[in-house]
Amino acid sequence: MLVYILRRLLWTPVLLLLAAFFVFFMGTVAPGDPAELRLGNRATPERVDRLREQLGLNDPLPIRYMRFIGNALKGDLGESYVFQGKTVTSLIGPRLLVSVQLNIAASIVALSVGLPLGFYAAKRQGTKTDPAILISMLILYAMPVFFTAPFLILFFAVKLHWVPASGWNGMFSTQVILPALTIGIPGAAIFVRHMRASTLEVIGQEYIRTAHAKGMSNFVINYRHVARNAFLPILTLLGFTLAGIFGGSLIVELIYGIPGVSRLSLDAIFQRDFPVLTALVLLGSLMLVLANLVIDIAYTIIDPRIRLK
Amino acid sequence: MNTDSVTSELQGSRSHWRQVWANFRRRRLAFISLVIVAIIYLLGIVAPLIQTHDYQETNIGKTQQGPDNENWLGTDRLGRDIYTRVVWGIQTTVIITATTLITGSLFLGVTMGLMAGYFRGWIDAVIMRIGEVISAFPDILLVILLAATLRPKIVELARAIEDSTNITGLVSSGVVDYLVIGVALLPLSWFGMMRLVRGQVLALRDAEYVEAARAIGTSTPRILFRHILPNVVSPVIVSVSFGIGAIALSEVVLSFFGLGVQPPRPSLGVMIGEVTARGGASVSVLRDHPEQLLAPIIVVWLLIFCWNIVGDALNDVFNPRAR
Repeated sequence: MLVYILRRLLWTPVLLLLAAFFVFFMGTVAPGDPAELRLGNRATPERVDRLREQLGLNDPLPIRYMRFIGNALKGDLGESYVFQGKTVTSLIGPRLLVSVQLNIAASIVALSVGLPLGFYAAKRQGTKTDPAILISMLILYAMPVFFTAPFLILFFAVKLHWVPASGWNGMFSTQVILPALTIGIPGAAIFVRHMRASTLEVIGQEYIRTAHAKGMSNFVINYRHVARNAFLPILTLLGFTLAGIFGGSLIVELIYGIPGVSRLSLDAIFQRDFPVLTALVLLGSLMLVLANLVIDIAYTIIDPRIRLK
Repeated sequence: MNTDSVTSELQGSRSHWRQVWANFRRRRLAFISLVIVAIIYLLGIVAPLIQTHDYQETNIGKTQQGPDNENWLGTDRLGRDIYTRVVWGIQTTVIITATTLITGSLFLGVTMGLMAGYFRGWIDAVIMRIGEVISAFPDILLVILLAATLRPKIVELARAIEDSTNITGLVSSGVVDYLVIGVALLPLSWFGMMRLVRGQVLALRDAEYVEAARAIGTSTPRILFRHILPNVVSPVIVSVSFGIGAIALSEVVLSFFGLGVQPPRPSLGVMIGEVTARGGASVSVLRDHPEQLLAPIIVVWLLIFCWNIVGDALNDVFNPRAR
């Protein structure tokens, strides 16, 4: 298993280099000159040329790529093409914090709705309640964000004035409620499915029958024996939430006007701000790869029968 | 003797599919879902026949109206007929779904999966590593990046083709839009399918009947396509049915950002974007006429929901032991 983890960790930097190269390559294919975009229409060709030289855009692709990697290894991700004088790190930092908070809030919604409901559905297997829960959660899951976000705003913000319609003020303000619901409810649907399946598996185990035979109370069996064990495999799903920070909440950030990383990456794509985009892709890929690795390792700890090869 | 065994084998496989269909039909909800998606797609295919207006025809005297006898689902902010635009939008979805499925998941995904699983070694390693790099990207961003970067190139190419040949209307017909969306979705669509097929092939390639086929000198393509592929069909069908809803949604996302289908050609994404997207005029449209969102949204919603139900049922039918 140690060999497996080491191999994965050794492969990660290669993967990141390839991902960064891909973004660099797209940068050369993309139409529009970052220098021209930044200076506007009325810039003289000389000024554009000077800026191009300054940004190092005149060098061939391999050299620019090597320079970027060299600087990145020293912790310097370069400067934004668009926001003058701002380093990429200073642009991403605060926005990453916002997106992380948003996703934590959404995960809280998803877990607190999904786990109990999935557990309840499993306990009601064979009755009409179980399929009713599953189908209604699937209806919510299939609902496009383009529908939930505007209608939550219209109803709770514009009509009832309970919460603000948009903006961001940290995860402990009322502004977080609607976006967290928008992301969290479809997430809850996924948790319901997994929690139900996992609970059903645990209920079928012999030790549950033993516990019943010993005359333990239903409450103790449900919460100590069933729910706890059923919850363990679900824990790994949370890893994917982490990976979802980059891009996953894009439309939500856009509709609610939240200044997060997804929003930043979208702007970077449209404004050809390739230093920012490369850094975001690197960060996103790194988190995804690490999340996957942590999940794999977590599986072996939760269920020792699983071996990594 | 030989022909006998072949016919009995054919009958066997036919009755297998008949059995699958019978089991599927017994699931009422899944069957209804399949009928609903069939009706939706049919509406899109026959859009030119069932339209009540022209999809770009504006009517300044009658904008933002509710449903009536003339405009069955009302009119949008330019007075265009929403019903007509929805059925044409569905046609766009049908075309994009078909091209993405056939090129991405089915052609690339299945062939690469067969190759990786059967030959293993460096072919497998290269295919898997490429897939890993692609899947390490945050997927929405990758699709948007590809569409934003490649769209001008593809438009340029189409213009060049128009200029050098006698073909006209390549850009205005929307073919370019479908190509852009198809190419942008390609990296995402093939990897999942490839991994699925590869896993199945890895399990099958050492099966005794494959070994027997190899022993009597059957050619490799024949082993792959005649002996292994048929056994991979059912997981592929299940995976496809789960994925179709997502393709419809991807079109909506791309068109929402102005990277997918271009106006005036209608698509569900364009219609949703025109009501919800940023920009001064649209905010008031959303506030005063949110009902204009309903028709396109409900179609997308139904597609995702129904395909999920169908996928679930197919999964049960093909793997009865899983539950």
